[in-house]
Amino acid sequence: MSASAATVATGEKRSTPARPVEELDSVVIRFVGDSGDGMQLTGNEFSRAVAKAGHDFATHPDYPSEIRAPTGTLFGVSGYQIQFASRQVFTSGDAPDVLVAMNPAALKTNLSDVKHGGIVIANSGAFTDNNLAKAGYAANPLEDGSLGDFRLYRIDISELTAHALKDAGLSKKDVGRCKNYYALGLMLSLYSRPLDREEEDIRSKFAKKPQIAEANVLALRAGYAYADATEMFITSYRVRAADIRPGTYRSLTGNHATALGCVAASELSGVPLFLGSYPITPATDILHELSSLKHFNVTTFQAEDEIAGICSAIGAAYGGALGMTTTSGPGMALKTEALGLAVMLELPLVIINVQRGGPSTGLPTKIEQSDLLQAVYGRNGECPIPVIAAYSPADCFDCAIEAFRLAVKYMTPVIFLSDGGIGNAAEPWRIPDPASLPKLEVKFRTDAEGFQAYARDASLARAWVRPGTPGLEHRVGGLEKDFLTGNISHDPVNHERMVEVRAAKVAGIANDIPPLKVEGPAQGDLLIVGWGSTYGSIVQAREKAAAEGLSVAHVHLRHLNPFPPDLGDLLKHYKTVLVPELNLGQLSRLLRERYLREVVPLNKVQGKPFKVSEIHDRIVELCQGAQS
Amino acid sequence: MNDIVALTKKDFETNQDVRWCPGCGDYAVLAQVQKLMPTLGIPRENFAFISGIGCSSRFPYYMETYGMHSIHGRAPAVASGLKLARPELSVWVVTGDGDALAIGGNHFIHAMRRNIGLKIILLNNRIYGLTKGQYSPTSELGKKTKTTPHGSIDRPFSPVAVALGAGATFVARTVDSDLAHMAQVLRRAAEHEGTAFVEVYQNCIVFNDGAYDAITDKSVRDDARLMLEHGKPLLYGKERNRGIRLRGLEPEAVTLGEDGVTVADLVVHDEAADHSGLAFFLSQFDAPKLPVPLGVFRAVSAPAYEDMNNQLHADAEARKGRGTLAGLFNSGDTWTIE
Repeated sequence: MSASAATVATGEKRSTPARPVEELDSVVIRFVGDSGDGMQLTGNEFSRAVAKAGHDFATHPDYPSEIRAPTGTLFGVSGYQIQFASRQVFTSGDAPDVLVAMNPAALKTNLSDVKHGGIVIANSGAFTDNNLAKAGYAANPLEDGSLGDFRLYRIDISELTAHALKDAGLSKKDVGRCKNYYALGLMLSLYSRPLDREEEDIRSKFAKKPQIAEANVLALRAGYAYADATEMFITSYRVRAADIRPGTYRSLTGNHATALGCVAASELSGVPLFLGSYPITPATDILHELSSLKHFNVTTFQAEDEIAGICSAIGAAYGGALGMTTTSGPGMALKTEALGLAVMLELPLVIINVQRGGPSTGLPTKIEQSDLLQAVYGRNGECPIPVIAAYSPADCFDCAIEAFRLAVKYMTPVIFLSDGGIGNAAEPWRIPDPASLPKLEVKFRTDAEGFQAYARDASLARAWVRPGTPGLEHRVGGLEKDFLTGNISHDPVNHERMVEVRAAKVAGIANDIPPLKVEGPAQGDLLIVGWGSTYGSIVQAREKAAAEGLSVAHVHLRHLNPFPPDLGDLLKHYKTVLVPELNLGQLSRLLRERYLREVVPLNKVQGKPFKVSEIHDRIVELCQGAQS
Repeated sequence: MNDIVALTKKDFETNQDVRWCPGCGDYAVLAQVQKLMPTLGIPRENFAFISGIGCSSRFPYYMETYGMHSIHGRAPAVASGLKLARPELSVWVVTGDGDALAIGGNHFIHAMRRNIGLKIILLNNRIYGLTKGQYSPTSELGKKTKTTPHGSIDRPFSPVAVALGAGATFVARTVDSDLAHMAQVLRRAAEHEGTAFVEVYQNCIVFNDGAYDAITDKSVRDDARLMLEHGKPLLYGKERNRGIRLRGLEPEAVTLGEDGVTVADLVVHDEAADHSGLAFFLSQFDAPKLPVPLGVFRAVSAPAYEDMNNQLHADAEARKGRGTLAGLFNSGDTWTIE
């Protein structure tokens, strides 16, 4: 398959550099600068451009928690990494082929990641004595020969942008803000990408500020022309379009996909959606998205705190809406008591935890998977809640629908774990035909005859009753209830029976989980068990190892509580089980406890995703161990 | 509609044993609420009672309506979600001085601020009853309880003042022993659009008995309490000869006929004043220096949160049309691979 004719034609027309063109399989580019330099925007724009040219891509935004940290500082550096390729892409890449550094601090904090022999494009105009000092450089690295291992391009992006915009009538500050588009122009030229689509995008993005739009277009063109016209880049590069499944695509972050999945659940069930939430990084974008969808049956409520976020959602669920709340680690901690209430009430509720580095305030903008045990166990009393996790940005869409499916079918709160890596990263999403999505069947009880509030169906779920239904008036609450009527009961035997039935209900979900999909041999030396956003790194590491002839398989868990019923058996078919996680081994503990099976943890808690090489290295070690 | 008219107090009683202590003031409130419900012209199935934790929060179990006994302090949050999801329901919150003002203070003030259509009844007994006798945010300074054996050093606040400070559009106070007054105040609350807040002085017979004797004891109460009436001068006393006059911004209790004071000198109550200053000023009155006001402090009209929310949805739909999944999925920047 190839990219659509229209896209390619436009591309070829504008990108015929005189320089020799080198074909590449994949490229990893990292844009880094001050948090006010617009690096996230530049990265986003570049990913859109490559996507439209038919590439698969994956991104990793990495930004500080300060909104706009003091300029030039090491802690204020914001980055955006993208990998695009002529094949399927699973991660944003281990090591950048190209680093675009807008100032000394950005260079200093990122250089060690760049491939040896990689390209470093430095905005030389920002390498002033003052900025060098802030970054802790004794000498200018662009001039002292310390970058000898790299192909260094010194481009005074600040000055060249200012020159290009000298007649644009903008303030010095506004001119400074256009330099990210200059950098984007450079990169589009280097990678033989067209300009017209990008110019259109700029004009539509800045439709309300035409003067700024035109300035950005000028900066973009100037950067593009500079790379085209100078002898600076000896070669330009082309990455062929990837072999991508035909369809219509859009670029989607995990948080955006989550929001779309929740709306889909509402439309598919015909039940209104209610989000009660309190802003918290990195989950807030879900609230933003849903707030703008008032022409759907979607109500958003920015509550006074995290507790009110979940409690309002519980109230809405009692009222017969699809209640949901979104949060991240510390907010999850605050919602804990209400989670217990939702378990007692046996009402459907979806709690989305976009995990971040913890504990406490931790690392708000960094990636971590350390809330798994909290999700599975972190409540008072015997308090079982189903837990599922998404493995990629686009997968958040399916996961949101699955969370609501379980919630309404089993009348239970469901915890959906995403993380900052997935939530903010983007990848192409193949737009589904709404008719192809699973129907979500919701039945509200209206029959008063023989009604008992806590009578159960075959799934052990009680009936959902909307207030306003005559004859079904009943009370629910956090006190233990009678097994059938739901009235308060302190009876010892009844309590034990209720504890057991709540546990059995959640455990029974295991029968409703599709068979596991295993990549690689059905038995062998090594099985990698992963969950969440480590998916891409594991897939690539496994593929590489398999290509090297190693006997290694991979299974990625969506359902973490209860586990899929075929998991225990699967574990027996491999000599070693490797569990890579961005925590200190939480899934490892759960697997050991559940299956009495020793597993090998591979842990990382640096606020960064796994590199493919980190997992690959461990695979090789373990497979060699298995052979010897 | 006929069956609605036919409902009686009995229809709002559940088969559950009421488990408050014998003589508890909560019984009186429950009876008045059960009496009021069938007179409001609302089908029984459209009522929902939401509570938190505490003695008063057992209330929903005794109402044959929809109801939830939620968690400590969170009833206004639960009720707000329910009301937003189902604006057509009549949603009531029953809470206490600990539930609403200590652990749930945040939800309490934000419900008022939003003016969401909840009827909030706060049973204020100035003590923690369910945990057996600790001081509450409304216990008086110096009060001796199990956690304040040497007397409380916590300054209490007035629930009415807190509600007013949070921008409540309906604020009233009544007392458990005056059934007629309670019925009247609860009806006003039921009919109010937006958040209606009613503080009920409620006697805890076990842990704080007699807390309100000064304003409930027939022999002294008329001199200790001020019955608020809209448009009427602030008059009180057994002989109806005492009143409230303003000296600058200072209230002063005066006697008619003394020093030439006449009714014309007295402050006239205006529950609908644009400014909440008068209501706030009344909320600071406390015995013995000034009589304790009972009745409606403030009742003003303002758009209810749920109505504004509905309007936002209607506007969005008028502007964009009812959303479809296909439209939503395909919005933004798309590209096609063939």
